[in-house]
Amino acid sequence: MAWSRLGRGLGGIALAAGLLLGAGGPATAERVLRIANMGEPQSLDPHKVAGTWENRIVGDMFVGLATEAADGSTIPGAAEFWTVSDDGLTYTFGLREHRWADGTPVTAEDFVYALRRILDPKRAAKYAFILYPIAGAKAFNKGEQSDPAKLAVRAIDLRTLEIRLENPTPFFIDQLTHYTAFPVPRHLVEAKGEDWVKPGTIVGNGPYTVVEWVPNGRITAVKNPLFWDAANVAIDKVVYYPDEERAAVLKRFRAGEIDLATDFPSDQIDWLKANLAGETRISPYLGVYYYPVNNARPPFSDRRVREALSMAIDREAITDKVLKTGEVPAYSFVPPGTGNYGQPAEVAWKALPMKERLEKAKALLAEAGFGPAKPLKVTLKYNTSENHKKVAIAVAAMWKQLGVETELLNSEVKVHYNQLEENDFDVARAGWIADYDDPENFLSLLATTTGKQNYGRYSNPEFDRLLDQAARTADLAKRADVLRRAEAIALADAATIPIYHYVSKNLVSRKVRGWVPNTKDIHRTRWLSLAD
Amino acid sequence: MLGYALRRLLGSLPTLLAIVTLAFFMMRLAPGGPFTLDRSLPPAIEKNLLAAYRLDQPLWRQYLDYLAGLLRGDLGPSFKYQDFTVAELIATGFPASLKVGGLALLVAVFVGVGLGTLAALRRNGRLDHAVMALAMVGIAVPNFVMAPILALLFGVHLAWLPVGGWGDGGLRNLVLPVTALALPQIAYIARLTRGAMIEELHRDHVRTARAKGLGERIVVVRHTLRGGLLPVVSYLGPATAGLVTGSVVIETIFAIPGIGRYFVQGALNRDYTLVMGVVIFYAVLIILLNLLVDLLYCVLDPKVKHD
Repeated sequence: MAWSRLGRGLGGIALAAGLLLGAGGPATAERVLRIANMGEPQSLDPHKVAGTWENRIVGDMFVGLATEAADGSTIPGAAEFWTVSDDGLTYTFGLREHRWADGTPVTAEDFVYALRRILDPKRAAKYAFILYPIAGAKAFNKGEQSDPAKLAVRAIDLRTLEIRLENPTPFFIDQLTHYTAFPVPRHLVEAKGEDWVKPGTIVGNGPYTVVEWVPNGRITAVKNPLFWDAANVAIDKVVYYPDEERAAVLKRFRAGEIDLATDFPSDQIDWLKANLAGETRISPYLGVYYYPVNNARPPFSDRRVREALSMAIDREAITDKVLKTGEVPAYSFVPPGTGNYGQPAEVAWKALPMKERLEKAKALLAEAGFGPAKPLKVTLKYNTSENHKKVAIAVAAMWKQLGVETELLNSEVKVHYNQLEENDFDVARAGWIADYDDPENFLSLLATTTGKQNYGRYSNPEFDRLLDQAARTADLAKRADVLRRAEAIALADAATIPIYHYVSKNLVSRKVRGWVPNTKDIHRTRWLSLAD
Repeated sequence: MLGYALRRLLGSLPTLLAIVTLAFFMMRLAPGGPFTLDRSLPPAIEKNLLAAYRLDQPLWRQYLDYLAGLLRGDLGPSFKYQDFTVAELIATGFPASLKVGGLALLVAVFVGVGLGTLAALRRNGRLDHAVMALAMVGIAVPNFVMAPILALLFGVHLAWLPVGGWGDGGLRNLVLPVTALALPQIAYIARLTRGAMIEELHRDHVRTARAKGLGERIVVVRHTLRGGLLPVVSYLGPATAGLVTGSVVIETIFAIPGIGRYFVQGALNRDYTLVMGVVIFYAVLIILLNLLVDLLYCVLDPKVKHD
């Protein structure tokens, strides 16, 4: 049966390839990469997007001052070089001589225009906060200061751009690879208004141009011959399918209709390992799956209760027996391998065998006044998903060994996160994927000033002070030390319960060359090629 | 008849207003908003977003603004698909929905009337019992149960047809969704036709026709079917409503890029304007089709006069 399906799938591809060739005119083989992108984009405007699936498309169209190499490391992009002043506050960028896909030269003014545009409060860009390290950016975005000239970004000449920062920010260059810092073609945006993003009109300074968007169907981008490195771009056309149904995508991948799937159904992992081992690519990812605990609600405001709950969770059992897709058990909040950091701080009891941990946890609960006569009752909330449910059930069983009575409560994702933001939970499921490769991006979630994003409302003045100190420290090694001390405090306080660190899960066809696993899970099409 | 149609259309305006009002406020009762993400936004950013979409205004003002937009024919921008207006999304989704829904309606009428007629002619025979038993199952099993069963059977086990997806809307992609959508309606229409036909077959003019020595085929087609069809025609209004609501489920299960799927996604995303747009579109569609059915009725049955 599988064979007959495969046969028909291949027939379909042959037919589709034939049609493409027919439409393409000359019969030179057009190299088409077909990506299952796991989401319909909200927009093609880099100032409006917020998701990884959107980044894949927008990042093929635009290149920031710095960009990602095939292995995810940061390399020069639209800027050929840059210099940093001794105090670490002033960056001067020398732009590469290059053009928008319509032939207009890219200038430093385009970058000034783009940064002012995304930070304009009227644009309400969701990710504008990534740019807050730029001097004046926060005040401008908050509307406290409405003169764009006060934003410390200026064009010195056509190809020289200067950006001044509020504090020395060691991850600033890394942030410039993010889509929030992409340039936009000023001439086009001013001429066409909001319609500049329509396929057929939109142009970028990157390797591809989107020419077609069928809502809920597909997005097609073709190679931009004016891209500065076009000679080294091997793929002629990229088709991004928005399909989110993982099981259906796996079927299409097996039928050869998809070359690259950016996720796969976790429950198929045994089958995948047995049958598609070479194409199943799992690698560490900068993200943490954790349970915020409500630090503001008794009895969870008691450190001993939080620590007992955290200690009783057998993380290896969850990653190895429940999830089985290579996730890394988490004993730190910041994922190992995060840049500018080194080894993260870890909980003190990591090395203790499970049996001793349970004894200690029971003792902690007893100290806090809970025992067989008065069991601790916990409501564990999670957003509806098969995997979240499995983890929650396993955790409830582990807590039961402490005599804790757990009630599981699932709700649809919007309702769930609304409850988290409103601090309406005992213990709940949450996750955080890094916006940029720096521990600050994780640890700032636990700062008192973070407000609603600090779901558990953890608050420790010493932690806050260390985070402030790190922000003012230019020396990377010293800064990492300060941040590690902060993380150690949060872990000792059991501010949250880290459970595992994410992995990225891709299906990569054998035909695809140049795909390098990396912790950012960013694989720009310009680095890929297709074998015959 | 034109005057009647106009009066009916005017009379439906309050209904429409009530639907818009109810949908608007019920949508806002759901916890979370369009910008509640799985990662929350810093307060300054959220404030900018709410202001940009005027969600920081009091609810009554948002409601009046929305009504004012409607009067100008403006359904607003989608909160989620920011490069499209709601009107554009409905325009791109409707052809797929129309194809599935229209085909399902045709299939339901032809198969339903056919089966119902056969059952009536073989009253209390084996065929009659089989058809009626099937009809009971068709009515009792909701399409959100029937659709996955069909997909499992014909898509996965037999591998005859795709499990889902749209492709270019070809026959292969249409068979399962159209069948799943049409089945309950076939069942209903078959039962209605059978009942009406049995009644018609006992009327005096049919006995007269038979007494004249007319063939059974002519008796059925020329003298019975017209009367037998009347309840079916009056059921077409509710049937359309059933197909419309059914399509919400079917389009989601079979991943069809129609407006039913936008409706579900819109509700989950709290895409207020998109949900409102689809609700209004559906409401107008159902009101118009009901009117059409009533007009058709008076063509079929000379006893009904609308003026």
